[in-house]
Amino acid sequence: MSKAHISIQKLNVFYDGRQILKNITLDVPEKRITAIIGPSGCGKTTLLRSINRLIDLVDGVKVSGTIMIDGIDVFNSNVDVTNTRKKMGFIAQVPNPLPMSIYDNIAYGPRIHGTKDRKELNLIVERCLKTAGLWKEVKNRLTEPASKLSAGQQQRLCLARTLAVEPEALLCDEPTSALDPISSRHIEEQLLKLKKDYTIVFVTHILRQAKRLADYAVFVYLGELVEYGPAETIFNQPTDPRTKAYMEGLFS
Amino acid sequence: MIASTLIILGGLLSVIAVVILRGAPALSIAMFTQTPKGGYYIGKEGGVLNAIIGSLYLAGGATALAFIISLPTALYLNEHVCKSRLASFTRKSLDVLWSVPSIVYGAFGFTILVYLGMRASLLGGIMALTLLELPIMIRAMDEVMKMVPLKMKEASYSLGATKLETTLNVVTRQAFPGVVMAILLALGRAIGDAASVLFTAGYSDYIPSSLFDPAASLPLAVFFQLGTPFPEVQQRAYASGLILLLMVLLLSIVSRLLTKRFTRHIIK
Repeated sequence: MSKAHISIQKLNVFYDGRQILKNITLDVPEKRITAIIGPSGCGKTTLLRSINRLIDLVDGVKVSGTIMIDGIDVFNSNVDVTNTRKKMGFIAQVPNPLPMSIYDNIAYGPRIHGTKDRKELNLIVERCLKTAGLWKEVKNRLTEPASKLSAGQQQRLCLARTLAVEPEALLCDEPTSALDPISSRHIEEQLLKLKKDYTIVFVTHILRQAKRLADYAVFVYLGELVEYGPAETIFNQPTDPRTKAYMEGLFS
Repeated sequence: MIASTLIILGGLLSVIAVVILRGAPALSIAMFTQTPKGGYYIGKEGGVLNAIIGSLYLAGGATALAFIISLPTALYLNEHVCKSRLASFTRKSLDVLWSVPSIVYGAFGFTILVYLGMRASLLGGIMALTLLELPIMIRAMDEVMKMVPLKMKEASYSLGATKLETTLNVVTRQAFPGVVMAILLALGRAIGDAASVLFTAGYSDYIPSSLFDPAASLPLAVFFQLGTPFPEVQQRAYASGLILLLMVLLLSIVSRLLTKRFTRHIIK
């Protein structure tokens, strides 16, 4: 197993006193795709959102445990949360473009982090759109509103926008669940290409998708981490009876 | 349902019809271009230019002032994603203030003016109207900012933006048309209000030349002219009402056209 990039230790998350995640301990390897699988409502998304501290936005949330990124605990009060979020790029379930042009959607991140030079921004926009596989479709309409794009294009725009702030990792929260099969394949292809440069954590409840993409797999059930290991092992020879039942499709 | 809609629509149309039918014959170029001449109030020459300009000064000044206070307040109320006691208390207070009758704002403004040793003036009127506009403008802006989806703010946060950056770059953009509507709503209320300016701005036959001069306004022009025993003057009251109606209509159309140009990026 390659070097751990994100190291989660004894993570517990409560919403209004209700425990969502129970004692999660997990090492996410660098530059691999780690799929988090499990039935809906089991805490996969919460786990992902803990890593970039988007759960801070929820009312009445309480966290214990640590998440170490580059040797620093993200919950430490001295840590700059904006820097953590910049490093841990996030792709949401439903495409969420900003109310701006296609160009400005990508340039927004670099701009708030201090890149003002127009030429430099142009380069970033072009590079990120190319990496996300969207450049050819939008290069002549960069000033158009992002809302004019199709859902699949919007999701690739969101990917490009995330790449523009030069993250170390990509946290993907079921990024294809709102997309048609062709757009989903586009996203999957991009992620497979991106794993050589980025650590990717991928939440999904579609088993076949996890099998196509994952190097490592994590099975989460009712807030507990049930099983974790190389994707091959988890999918083909799971040891825990709950994982086995889930893989066989006894519940979903 | 159809019946009640028709009643509303009928009521609205009949108000407009009466104002037009009774006001249009008295509408003349002089109404727009002249201040009242000697003997205007017994049916002689002149117009209501003093009231047109006065109303624009009063409502324009108050709207500008109210906007400067309202936008940051509304942004503050929405900056907290989590519940905030101060925010909910502010909202409730504003809702109460919204329903306070405008004569109360007038009386309050008057007390302040007396306390400061000032007389009824353009400045006094602007202050009273600002107070009248604030709850309307803040709450209307607040409501449209609440409508900005959390997903959109999350997108900004997850790129490493701070609350302030998100508020300024994302929330204000998405809420822009609603903000303009809030300004119009408040402006409409202020320009048509008679009670709050009665004591605070006073009335004069001249165009105010400084903030400390008394200023006329169209609603009060209607009020005073309708109170005279002369039919010609009463007819001019309707004409003044018609002018007020046209001004509000014009403002609303122009601002709608302007917002359309700036809102092509809004996510629906």
